[in-house]
Amino acid sequence: MTTAEASKSGGIGKDLVVYICLLALAGFQFALAFENIDTSQLLVRMLAVAIVEAGLAVMFFMHLGTEKRGFALFVLVFTIFVLLTLQYGWTDSTRMVVGAPFSK
Amino acid sequence: MSQADSTLEGHATGLSVGPAFSIPTKKFAMWLFIIADTMTFAACLVAYGFLRNGSTDWPRPFHSITNVAVMTFILLSSSLTMLIGLRAARAGDKAGAFRWTMITAVLGILFMLLHIREWVGLIHEGMTLFKNPWGTGLFGASFFSITGLHLSHVTGGVISLLVVGVRYKGGRYNADDIEVLGLYWHFVDLVWMFVVPLVYLLNLAR
Repeated sequence: MTTAEASKSGGIGKDLVVYICLLALAGFQFALAFENIDTSQLLVRMLAVAIVEAGLAVMFFMHLGTEKRGFALFVLVFTIFVLLTLQYGWTDSTRMVVGAPFSK
Repeated sequence: MSQADSTLEGHATGLSVGPAFSIPTKKFAMWLFIIADTMTFAACLVAYGFLRNGSTDWPRPFHSITNVAVMTFILLSSSLTMLIGLRAARAGDKAGAFRWTMITAVLGILFMLLHIREWVGLIHEGMTLFKNPWGTGLFGASFFSITGLHLSHVTGGVISLLVVGVRYKGGRYNADDIEVLGLYWHFVDLVWMFVVPLVYLLNLAR
């Protein structure tokens, strides 16, 4: 990152604002943990907050927001695609609990 | 020189290929590593979720979140100090960049010590890789695996910070190297943002 790019990405003030946002979001996650809600709901909410935190960190701390759009797309598309394909077998995880027989 | 050779030489720039996406090769390599490591951690966390979902006696042993909260604060702050160090490096302030890189390393070491202290506490309570006094032994296996993998990344990051910081001060490395290392350190912090809710907060004692 050159001096020009550093100016484009904002000064230390911007970094501090993002840092405080991340701290606030982390604090919100900790507060959520004490809510009296169903585990699946809790998981969804916590994951949503974590994804926002990750987005802020990637865009501002890792400066993906200031990189060329083609590169940002390359990182995001491949990463998100693989993350989504990892979610394929969730229904199988409840098989033991539900008592469904093993396939032969 | 033949006409073909001179033509080739004259059009050499047309044949040469610049760095991919017009970013330095070192930086691109680090991003590729980060993408690959993201898959590793994601696979571990999905497997953990699979085990948790499929277990009838999954324990919730964490009574206090203080240690985890402090560790999270330390790691987030270390990302900020890494950013400050990078800005100093880009501005040509070598002493400042070295100072902030070392502060980042110290925060990383503090995180490691707190993490090890937590592990020792859990082991004293009877938790191992294979069993624990609260429920399925898979809990220990998944907990120590995921947090151990993250801890090993933090350890590698701290060693890198020390080595790169010292070599940067000595003139062997430049601000680009600090930036590339910063990418890795922010990634380590990013992973922790997913480990905390999934492994710790969802297993708070109720």
